[in-house]
Amino acid sequence: MTEVLRRYGPVLTGIILLAVAVWLLLLVILPQLLMVDFSFRPSLPPSKLGGPEDVYTVKNYATLWTNQIHLAIFLKTIWASSLVTAVTLVVCYPVAFYLAQVAPRRRLPTLMLMLVIPFWINELLRTFAWYIILAFNGPLNALLVALGIFSEPQRLLGGDAGVVIGMVYVYILFMVFPIMNAMESLDRNQIEAARDLGAGWMRIHRRVVIPHAKPGIAVGCIMTFMLAAGSYAVPALLGGPQSRWFTEVIYNWFFEGGNWNQGAAYAFILLILCIGFILLMMRLFRVGLTDIAK
Amino acid sequence: MTAASFRRWATGAYLVVFFGYLFLPLGIMAAATFNSSRFPTVTPWTGFTLGWFSALWADQRMWQALGTSLLVGAGVIAVAVPLGLAAALLLDRLHSRARTFLYAVMVSPLLTPGVIVGISTLVFWRQWFGVTGGLFLTIVAQSSFIAAYAMLLFLARLQRFDQTLEEAALDLGATHGQVFRRITLPYLTPAILSAAFLAFLQSFENYNTTLFVRGLDTTLTVYIASKVRTGLTPAVNALSLILIALTVLGAVTYEILRRREERRRQEPA
Repeated sequence: MTEVLRRYGPVLTGIILLAVAVWLLLLVILPQLLMVDFSFRPSLPPSKLGGPEDVYTVKNYATLWTNQIHLAIFLKTIWASSLVTAVTLVVCYPVAFYLAQVAPRRRLPTLMLMLVIPFWINELLRTFAWYIILAFNGPLNALLVALGIFSEPQRLLGGDAGVVIGMVYVYILFMVFPIMNAMESLDRNQIEAARDLGAGWMRIHRRVVIPHAKPGIAVGCIMTFMLAAGSYAVPALLGGPQSRWFTEVIYNWFFEGGNWNQGAAYAFILLILCIGFILLMMRLFRVGLTDIAK
Repeated sequence: MTAASFRRWATGAYLVVFFGYLFLPLGIMAAATFNSSRFPTVTPWTGFTLGWFSALWADQRMWQALGTSLLVGAGVIAVAVPLGLAAALLLDRLHSRARTFLYAVMVSPLLTPGVIVGISTLVFWRQWFGVTGGLFLTIVAQSSFIAAYAMLLFLARLQRFDQTLEEAALDLGATHGQVFRRITLPYLTPAILSAAFLAFLQSFENYNTTLFVRGLDTTLTVYIASKVRTGLTPAVNALSLILIALTVLGAVTYEILRRREERRRQEPA
């Protein structure tokens, strides 16, 4: 702290501390704490606030257990997000490895640009692209019928399958970049040495590349899972009433059910789920928080 | 075919499929803009038209949503960039446990689902200040996590900063204000520009957070989503195509500038 003061002087230090306090307290910490506090209170009309009924309760959390439909949607959100994470990981791993270790240097700038461009394009627009592809009269149905895989067009939109397909597409780049960054620091000589010592490529990946890339894989999985579980745009566009996502249930509590306390409880459950997933990944890949938050 | 050449061939094929997968959907969406069919599609192709651009041009609500998006974007730049800068300046001079803790708190909004950022902002501001959803809350909610992106950009640049420059200026009698204005700030200018650019892009495309705090205001991204669900015509594709073209232009410019900057850094001064 003395170093900060010495470097910036009292006035500038004051401004910096004030700005950081405003950001972290007013925009990050207090809203989160209040949301949690709010979620443990009953939904009351304004006249009863602060009255005898305004006491802490776990009723809003119990709703998730008693409402079978919401519970099923919650569990579906968990496994579908895990599926999205697993599929993106499998698809991205070879690409990340190629870009980090195999690609010739002169080709890298172009390849990187080709990754960066879709990454920058609005998530909603990338989802919309799949809305057109998956439409009943869309190109995918036309192709599959032409190839004889379907005898007639199928409903691809409005179900869980469409949502998962869309999510894999939209969040795939959040998996590529962290893994690639982690693999880049692996010395190519280590792979050469393993090969010279007679290791096959499976063994090289299992014993050399994957252990080295673990922090990147963990970050990629965390980001993808968090984005998938917390996604509203993709299920809203590609899903339907039969394939509701947990975020849509939360939204309905706020803007259709008009029960904000209940919605806050569900939001907190979603947050716990994401934190739980982060802890699981840290345990699974044996990486610390400092490896992740780099 | 030897094993090695087969592996090379398979890798090449995989990459072609992967990049095709990334770009083909965008191409199909763009192509549907020029199809005269009432519903955006490429199958069947009913004839070439540019009419959906003029339909878009005439859409008053689109212009209104665009105005809202620009306003929110400007607001987010004004809030998130200074906050991110202050946070990076502070972190850069801390070396203790406090730094690790502060850093974790600062990046936590990036690991929080966007809907939760929106919900917590909405609940907090209504309960404490009686502020309901609208432009102000949209700017506040978006800034809470976009400031973290800005902070990371500034921190990366500060790590390469030669601190002896500041020390020399202070030794020669410059005030702290002078050092900041004449040395620190000019050094950070490229990072300020990229942070502003990224902040605007993040704000412009945000959907999950905005949805909860927008009140009765509609940003362009929210407007597109509502059009897809009710009243979809290829005018939405025309809008998407324009936005994608602008994004590609922005991304390419940003990359070129970033690489030029990187090269300059690698060359000995």
